[in-house]
Amino acid sequence: MHWLGRPFQERSTQRFLGILIVALAVVTVLNLALPAGHPLHVSTYTVTLLGKYLSYALLAVAVDLVWGYLGILSLGHGAFFALGGYAMGMYLMRQIGDRGVYGHPVLPDFMVFLNWDSLPWYWQGFDMAWFAFAMVLLAPGVLALVFGFLAFRSRVTGVYLSIITQALTFALMLAFFRNEMGFGGNNGLTDFKELLGFNLRSDVTRVGLFIASGVALALGYIVCRAIVGSKLGRVCIASRDAEARTRFLGYRVERVQLFVFVVSAMLAGVAGALYVPQVGIINPSEFSPLFSIEIVVWVALGGRATLYGAVIGAILVNYAKTVFTGVMPEAWLFALGGLFVLVTVLLPKGIAGLLAWRFKRSESSGPGHGDLTAGEATT
Amino acid sequence: MRIPCTFMAPTVMTRIVTLLLSCLLAWLPVAASAQEDNGQALLEALDVRAFSEKAAAIEDVIESQDPRANAWLEALLDGKLQRLKDDGSFVIVTDNVGRQWPVEDALSGESLGEVSRRDLDRITINNALRGQLRSALSMIDLFAESREARQAAAQKLIGKVDAELSETLERRLESEEDDQVRRRLEQAMAVYRLEQGDVQAVERLTGSLNSDIRVALTRASQSDDAAVADAAQRALVSIEQQLKLNRGLETLYFGLSLGSVLVLAAIGLAITFGVMGVINMAHGELIMLGAYTTWAMQQLLPGQPGLAVILSIPAGFLVAALAGIAIERSVIQFLKGRPLETLLATFGVSLILQQLVRTVISPLNRTVVTPEWMSGSLVINDALSLTLNRLYVLGFALVVFAGLMLVMRRTRLGLEVRAVTQNRAMARAMGIRATRVDILTFALGSGVAGLAGVALAQLTNVGPNLGQSYIIDSFMVVVFGGVGNLWGTLVAGMSLGIINQVLEPWAGAVLAKILVLVFIILFIQKRPRGLFPQKGRAAEG
Amino acid sequence: MNILKELANRDRVFDFLAPADSPVDVRHGPILYMENVTVSFDGFKAIDNLNLTIDDGELRCIIGPNGAGKTTMMDIITGKTRPDAGQVWFGTRHDLLTMKEPEIAHLGIGRKFQKPTVFEALTVFENLELAMSVDKRVIPTLTARLNGEMRDRIDEVLVMTGLVAQRHQLAGILSHGQKQWLEIGMLIMQRPRLLLVDEPVAGMTEQEMERTAELLTGLAGKQSVVVVEHDMGFVRSIARKVTVLHQGSVLAEGSMDQVQSDPRVIEVYLGESEEAA
Repeated sequence: MHWLGRPFQERSTQRFLGILIVALAVVTVLNLALPAGHPLHVSTYTVTLLGKYLSYALLAVAVDLVWGYLGILSLGHGAFFALGGYAMGMYLMRQIGDRGVYGHPVLPDFMVFLNWDSLPWYWQGFDMAWFAFAMVLLAPGVLALVFGFLAFRSRVTGVYLSIITQALTFALMLAFFRNEMGFGGNNGLTDFKELLGFNLRSDVTRVGLFIASGVALALGYIVCRAIVGSKLGRVCIASRDAEARTRFLGYRVERVQLFVFVVSAMLAGVAGALYVPQVGIINPSEFSPLFSIEIVVWVALGGRATLYGAVIGAILVNYAKTVFTGVMPEAWLFALGGLFVLVTVLLPKGIAGLLAWRFKRSESSGPGHGDLTAGEATT
Repeated sequence: MRIPCTFMAPTVMTRIVTLLLSCLLAWLPVAASAQEDNGQALLEALDVRAFSEKAAAIEDVIESQDPRANAWLEALLDGKLQRLKDDGSFVIVTDNVGRQWPVEDALSGESLGEVSRRDLDRITINNALRGQLRSALSMIDLFAESREARQAAAQKLIGKVDAELSETLERRLESEEDDQVRRRLEQAMAVYRLEQGDVQAVERLTGSLNSDIRVALTRASQSDDAAVADAAQRALVSIEQQLKLNRGLETLYFGLSLGSVLVLAAIGLAITFGVMGVINMAHGELIMLGAYTTWAMQQLLPGQPGLAVILSIPAGFLVAALAGIAIERSVIQFLKGRPLETLLATFGVSLILQQLVRTVISPLNRTVVTPEWMSGSLVINDALSLTLNRLYVLGFALVVFAGLMLVMRRTRLGLEVRAVTQNRAMARAMGIRATRVDILTFALGSGVAGLAGVALAQLTNVGPNLGQSYIIDSFMVVVFGGVGNLWGTLVAGMSLGIINQVLEPWAGAVLAKILVLVFIILFIQKRPRGLFPQKGRAAEG
Repeated sequence: MNILKELANRDRVFDFLAPADSPVDVRHGPILYMENVTVSFDGFKAIDNLNLTIDDGELRCIIGPNGAGKTTMMDIITGKTRPDAGQVWFGTRHDLLTMKEPEIAHLGIGRKFQKPTVFEALTVFENLELAMSVDKRVIPTLTARLNGEMRDRIDEVLVMTGLVAQRHQLAGILSHGQKQWLEIGMLIMQRPRLLLVDEPVAGMTEQEMERTAELLTGLAGKQSVVVVEHDMGFVRSIARKVTVLHQGSVLAEGSMDQVQSDPRVIEVYLGESEEAA
């Protein structure tokens, strides 16, 4: 497993993990150790908000893996996120047991409401945590595998792929809106009570979920870095820039793409699974094409093909969204739309590009780190 | 106007005479009063105790051919034909809500103001009379001047003919000369005869799509008379087949209609995407701008919705084309050769445009008035009628398509566009100003989106989300048809529309849409370049 | 899943277990054998009854006017184009017409395209690393590590191509000539038995041409090399045996001098070319 250990030797990864761990620790301490009235106290509401940002950051890292390194602009990653979320939501629904409004021992409220008399087959097993958590990975993974297998085999790439990934998430959204699908239709899954026996409303659980999101982000980041830093990562970049040439060297590009796409979809699924218990609901709007394309702009703002840029972008945009929708909701879409235009036209390398430029100027004599300054190592 | 003393004669000559006479009579006070007297007598006859006498009186009213007979009998049926207690004159209550009822004179039609309900006596009827009145009323319409009214009346009679009525109908048939009316009358008679056990009548009913006739035939097919049951059964089978055919035609029509909408929405995209390789996610919002232009036009020209719609065709094109040029100059020109970035940037533009409309106009939907000449429907037969607005949109889509084909094939711009598409560098070298071609192409594609908006405004509500709901479909159509191929877009749009409508009855609207999306996703795997793949630069997506 | 199927396929000899040289049987004759090959596009015969034999270790130059079918011939050998008729054998064991592009590449036929395509976002070293003939399936690639032998091999090629100083530079900032050498270097990394080189010196300076000539003649012997080139001076400087293609078939074959004195060749090609020169 030396390839998984490689990221720990990279300066950029060390720096990223350091910042993340310190941030997690500080927020946790400020929430738990300080009394509510203290000026430095971080409210549980804020902790949950930050936890949500962290799960979004993981999602953005997953998108950056395929877009930044593989050159596949997926406009349907929201679908994988939502599938992971639904898997978690189904587990949480089953955990409610007979404490629902209708008090049915097995059936979730919405099924009782729709006069269903038994649990559909695909809801079986979700009362077991291990099964549900496996589904968090498998549901998006299998979808990505089937979809990617078909798409990459027939060499659907570029814009075409983007458009059909968008169609995929759109079709899923329409499907999940239907009550007959058995996923709560329009309203989705909500009214969760507890996760692994922990009350979801308690402060400690919320802090725990926040930390779990941070850890998941760290692990996801390391996995991505390990892939990107390996020879496989270089094959990804090669196929991104000259697919035919890479194929000619003897690499089965479609399999490389499939592998990375599936890994990315699973990471997105994990992000969705962490997101759901923190916001307390999952509904078909997570499948909306708008959400999927929004993820892409987080990555674009942060900077493609850097991974940490995706994290910065996700947190910044979502923080801005929180602020905007609180202060002047109608301006949010203007800001988001403007962001799309400005980033693509004026800032093609994103914030990470700006940072790298600064670093190059300030420490141009130091040894390179990551792939940003690899060219300087000996020159 | 009809004249009481002459029975309707079947010739044109008599009609003219009748008309002339009626004009004359209207000017002659003597004649008028004579008519009044007659009316008074007819009404007096209605106000008797015995219901059998009333029935006879009703017959008299019908036979009288008095022009007011219809109003009297309707009022009688509704219990609104009443008598003033003081002077016994007949009145018609126009509104029987509350205590004070507005009434008018039954003979002259003059308004007599409001009268307390206590001062009125109602002329009562029973259920038998009600039935008689209903068929009588439909009978009266059979004598109406207008062809449509007679047709409608004849149609209503199907399945309601009894022995008594049948005699009247026989007589009416002799004098009726309009084929459509005759056909319906004969059908009505045939249903009656079928009920009487006449096998021959079935023949007359075979092939009709009228639902009352089908009811009658179904009843007859269960009859004890084996011959009748058998004949009816056979007639039903053939009718069922015809119905199926008509339902198929209807599905086809709806499919073509949906297809035409898809083609309109996608064809502009086919130009910008196919020719320039530009992914314009704001295309849907350009459609929306076209739709809002129609709405704005109607606000500017109140009371003339038709003119506004016609004017909004060039206006919608212009507005969307200008918006397109603005997008091209401000965003797209900086992203040449980076299709994925273009996609993101134009998506941002689409968000801004949507929010702009929400902020400036309203987040709520606006309704565009359908001009009179576009509302209603074209009735093909009893089971099939085509809504006019959809028919217009279908025609419009084809005209726009043909226009674009002409532009691309026959004009200098089209030639230059094709040259730039095939080999940009070479076209440049030959003196074609590629930038100018880009702007014009984009303006053309955007303008067509505006036209799509004008058409869509006739079918749906106009709102800020209008464009968003069409963008994915449009892309699907373009990709399915083969990028850069206008014929492909036409075929793809129409076939997707039809597939959708064929699936809908058994899958439901949402599932049909999902199935179509999945179908396209799978199709793209098989034929990544669409139905009609294009060769050349733009194909290297 | 294909990957799983491949892993389960135990009777297959994996690349890293196989000997470094590809298992091409050349004991009984040439490394490449083309017989009566014909291809037509929309009725136009691009290759017309072509017969060509390349011996193991040979350096062969192929010349011919535009439209003589040189590129189409390369496309047939690498599996990109399927001929309408004829036979193409690699050694005596492998019928190339039954194989797909990657299989042919895997077998040891490397091709350099006219336009240099190197991976510009990767360094020279990484470009060579990717080209190295090792197990190229997904998981082995993910867990791949460079051992000393591999590094030596990359260093060796860096020396051959004269790119030692540029080893950690991004390939995108190399000069045109350096990119061509890097691409030839990437071909060499694959240890091909047969190298197809399409117009290697187009757009090069005199010095760069000389370096390229050295590089190619240095390769011959160990590998078989087929060079398609327009530049007569360059061909003369490296050629031992020259084949002239004309209208899709072989017009003449022999040493440069023999070919140059062939009257048919002078008529269709060299005559014009010398006039132009």
